[in-house]
Amino acid sequence: MSEAMDFKVIGTRPIRPDGVDKVTGRASFGADFSLPGMLEGAVLRSPHAHARIKSINTDKALAAPGVKAVVTGADFPQVAAGAIEGGEGGGDFADLAGNVIARGKVRYHGHAVAAVAAQSRAQALAALALIEVEYEPLPAVLSLDAALAESAPLIDEGLMTSGLPEPAAAPSNLASVIEMGNGDLEAGFAEAALIIERRYQTPTVHQGYIEPHACVGRWGQDDQAMLWCCTQGAFDVRSMTAKVLGQPVGSLKVIPSEIGGGFGGKTTVYLEPLALQLSKKSGRPVRMVMTREEVFRATGPASAATIDLRMGFSSDGKITAAEAIMAYEAGAFPGSPVGPGTMCVFAPYRIANFRIKGMDVLVNKPKAAAYRAPGAPQALFATESAMDEAAQKLGIDPIELRLRNAVEEGDSAIYGPKFGPIGLRACLEAAAAHPHYTKAKDAGVGRGVAVGFWFNVGLQSSAEVHINEDGTVTVIEGNPDIGGSRASMALMAAETLGVPYESVRVVVADTETAGFSNVTGGSRVTFATGMAVVEASKDIIAQCCSRAASLWSTDEDMVEWRDGAVHPRPGVNVEATPLSLKDLAGQAGRMGGPLLGKASLNARGAGPGFSVNLCDALVDQETGQVQVKAFTAIQDAGKAIHPSYVEGQLQGGAVQGIGWALNEEYVYSPDGIMENAGFLDYRIPVASDLPMIETQIIEVPNPGHPYGVRGVGETPIVAPLAAVANAVSASAGVRMTELPLSPPRVLEALDQA
Amino acid sequence: MQGFAYEAPSSLEALRARLAAAQGAGELTQVLAGGTDLLVQMKQGQRAPGLILDIKRVGETQALAVDGDTLVIGASVPAAKAKAFPLVAEAFPGLAHAIDLIGSSQIQGRASLGGNLCNASPAGDTIPALIANGFEAQILTAEGLRTLPVEAFVTGVGKNALAAGEVLLALQAPVPGPRSGDAYQRFTPRTEMDIAVVGVGARLTLDDAGVIASARIALGAVAPHAFLAEAAGAALVGTRGEPEALEAAAAAAMEAAKPISDKRGSADFRRRICGVLVKRVVAQALERCTTEGAK
Ligand SMILES: Cc1cc2nc3c(=O)[nH]c(=O)nc-3n(C[C@H](O)[C@H](O)[C@H](O)COP(=O)(O)OP(=O)(O)OC[C@H]3O[C@@H](n4cnc5c(N)ncnc54)[C@H](O)[C@@H]3O)c2cc1C
Repeated sequence: MSEAMDFKVIGTRPIRPDGVDKVTGRASFGADFSLPGMLEGAVLRSPHAHARIKSINTDKALAAPGVKAVVTGADFPQVAAGAIEGGEGGGDFADLAGNVIARGKVRYHGHAVAAVAAQSRAQALAALALIEVEYEPLPAVLSLDAALAESAPLIDEGLMTSGLPEPAAAPSNLASVIEMGNGDLEAGFAEAALIIERRYQTPTVHQGYIEPHACVGRWGQDDQAMLWCCTQGAFDVRSMTAKVLGQPVGSLKVIPSEIGGGFGGKTTVYLEPLALQLSKKSGRPVRMVMTREEVFRATGPASAATIDLRMGFSSDGKITAAEAIMAYEAGAFPGSPVGPGTMCVFAPYRIANFRIKGMDVLVNKPKAAAYRAPGAPQALFATESAMDEAAQKLGIDPIELRLRNAVEEGDSAIYGPKFGPIGLRACLEAAAAHPHYTKAKDAGVGRGVAVGFWFNVGLQSSAEVHINEDGTVTVIEGNPDIGGSRASMALMAAETLGVPYESVRVVVADTETAGFSNVTGGSRVTFATGMAVVEASKDIIAQCCSRAASLWSTDEDMVEWRDGAVHPRPGVNVEATPLSLKDLAGQAGRMGGPLLGKASLNARGAGPGFSVNLCDALVDQETGQVQVKAFTAIQDAGKAIHPSYVEGQLQGGAVQGIGWALNEEYVYSPDGIMENAGFLDYRIPVASDLPMIETQIIEVPNPGHPYGVRGVGETPIVAPLAAVANAVSASAGVRMTELPLSPPRVLEALDQA
Repeated sequence: MQGFAYEAPSSLEALRARLAAAQGAGELTQVLAGGTDLLVQMKQGQRAPGLILDIKRVGETQALAVDGDTLVIGASVPAAKAKAFPLVAEAFPGLAHAIDLIGSSQIQGRASLGGNLCNASPAGDTIPALIANGFEAQILTAEGLRTLPVEAFVTGVGKNALAAGEVLLALQAPVPGPRSGDAYQRFTPRTEMDIAVVGVGARLTLDDAGVIASARIALGAVAPHAFLAEAAGAALVGTRGEPEALEAAAAAAMEAAKPISDKRGSADFRRRICGVLVKRVVAQALERCTTEGAK
């Protein structure tokens, strides 16, 4: 693509097509769907963090008023191990099935043990109390240290560590080990004038989406099933649910609702297989809706992590060596995002000598799920805290220190490939010049800087573009719209076709209407599905050119598409008035039928996203309370198709990151019961906790996309953890290395300062 | 949530009769004011009353007036109205602030002071402010009326002094004289939609010479129920609120506090914050004695 591209609609800020329905309450979310004769389902959850299930008796529940079906693990097939492809969390189908409903053992407090469908929710809940489960409680493993201890109780007795140089000799809670490195680590440290060596820790946190998981499942007598649900990926729900139920993929149709947030947490299934199995047994449609408490107890936390970091610097601030030993909690089944964590931890910098070790560790907590840039916020919290401390100790401006080490186009990323055009340097330069950075701080305020990074992905996408008979445009795609992607798709189709934004309608369709697309995740939709929309639009243009050429009895290469119409090429001697989409669509019945453009692709060339965040924070020296006084998020978007929704991503990620830094954490009792399973005591920030989050979009076009797009959805949550911690450390006068920076923790640090 | 009967008597007599009948029949009865505690508790399965008696149609519970030297706030008056009542806003800014901390605008359209008090959460925000300001609870009994100081009304976590069949009718307090000021502050990790880790209310009155003549300090969330920290008040009387006096009041409050450790904070943390807040709240109340309160 050319940088001098002159856009007509891309980069404007029209109202999103789903906006009115959403602000007026008309949009339908997961729990809004209902069918005649529908039953209400409810889940019996484990009261223990770790226990063997000795027996389950459902007789009394089945006999209870209104109850039509009860299911337990015994109603589900054994699922063979096999990697889940294309999702964001990764993992294994057998573990997914084991997480959906326990068999033999419960692995966390809240693990599903049985489910009931009854005529009312009250009846279903009453029946749950009648299910008799005999447990043999086992000691709960609740921390990385406890899980890795010599004689730790085993969460999975058959788990042999993968990734070791020698095969593991005995089972343990260590699911896998990842190692990578380059250069001569010790020589690098020997060269260093300054070594920062610290342990950094982050807590278990939740994505905090406002809409709880919900679905309606209907099993047909012909074994064809339908699912209505809120999800980030209907096709993933289809493949996962089919696998858990042992059904062919084609027998299941999934219809996504509008979605009230997911942030990665809705890229897997929990209720869906239960609802369908209950529907199969009862012969009736079944709705299941989680309470907020269930969302906390049984769905997607982001991994707690402990990172031992060592970084060496020359006196002029060059990184001479870096080492990270990173342990992430997987929860009750393998699959923490420690892999991407190891790839991100040093990604922003040129480092000749490094060693990184990652460990995926089982604990008796819910199975970790993807959360915006999975694994990266924890990793960069460590690195960016160390960079800040190094800047302080070396007497170098923190932005300058990063500029001296920043990766650029042509550098090999630590995780392998060579970087194409990237925006780290541009973001750093913008930060240095930003009024937030150049203005003086108020008394007592600390200022923090941090860099964020995320790969962004491509994966598979499909799109169709239909030209209606009046020339209006319908785009059909399969990615649930979380962040305004319908608007972005419409803008890209309008730009390509040369028609007004208002004439394009984008439909997020079900799994039998849209072509296959991977999840709305990995910051891939505007990039990959956008590319499919552009290609499908170009398919339309090619068809229009071909039709015009035959109308004008000339060759296709004698015509061209310009300003939304086919024209004879300049210099071509054809008497013809240009033919617009409307002209050609109106004549479709005489000229080869409906205009339907298609594209399906496996998108390559996703452009990595870098960001720089600035944070001003004030610590109350008497109470340890932190006030965030100012926050600026600067990020490379490649090309902002709809700048407002890019800014929204930057602001939303900043707010989630601030919450992660300041107050969010799972509080567990000694026996593994989460004590703050609600939004009163699991404290995501409220509006009055926050300053205006200022944003600045940097545009270093991604050559891998026709309009230069790179993903923007995940990078925004990566830098805030360290940006806040660095600001707090400066205001408190003591280095904070463990999140969250809640008042008791900050006060304790102040005492020790 | 279980099924239940709902009734809304429209006079004191009808309310009293219905309460007596319910008691006779052994009906599990729960009074409803704004319902912002009760409905949440019912949804969470913590309460399952058979009968809900809505008191909002009983005129006495909706009173909001100055009766001679006494401010009267009916038990079911919504927070939004109570905090906007001119005398409350002018002479009880600390109480007004405590009321304003409850939930959000939507919650305040329903939530009452009576409900906040009867619910008797150790962290209820208005309770320390009511105690500091010397409010009394006016109680409807089977035979007539009785009154109790608010500090005697709350008796434990979620427990109050009402006997079966009794209802809180109103809250009343003397209108403060000149050179008097109150303040309330709570400590929460978030700015809003949070629950007090510590709450401190104070009412101070100065003599003509600017010396503290009376001081009432009440503490919330540091014991099973909010209480009057008499020694903390006493430490201020006869002083001008100098730093040493504030330190002494804080030390006395920390001594009186009996906090627990839970997910919202350790006992040590709570005790420490209690000391900090006492100093800040007393300083704020003192300032009000010489400004707003000086009229
Ligand atoms: C989102 C949200 C945020 C909140 N934030 C706060 C906060 O910041 N601070 C705070 O202190 N509280 C808070 N609350 C709790 C609640 O709103 C307050 O305690 C409120 O004042 C209760 O008043 P109500 O009229 O709604 O009580 P109700 O729910 O009607 O009653 C509460 C209890 O008192 C009993 N009761 C009520 N009136 C009487 C009476 N006259 N006689 C005898 N018994 C009676 C009821 O039976 C019930 O047990 C919050 C609640 C919600 C839902």
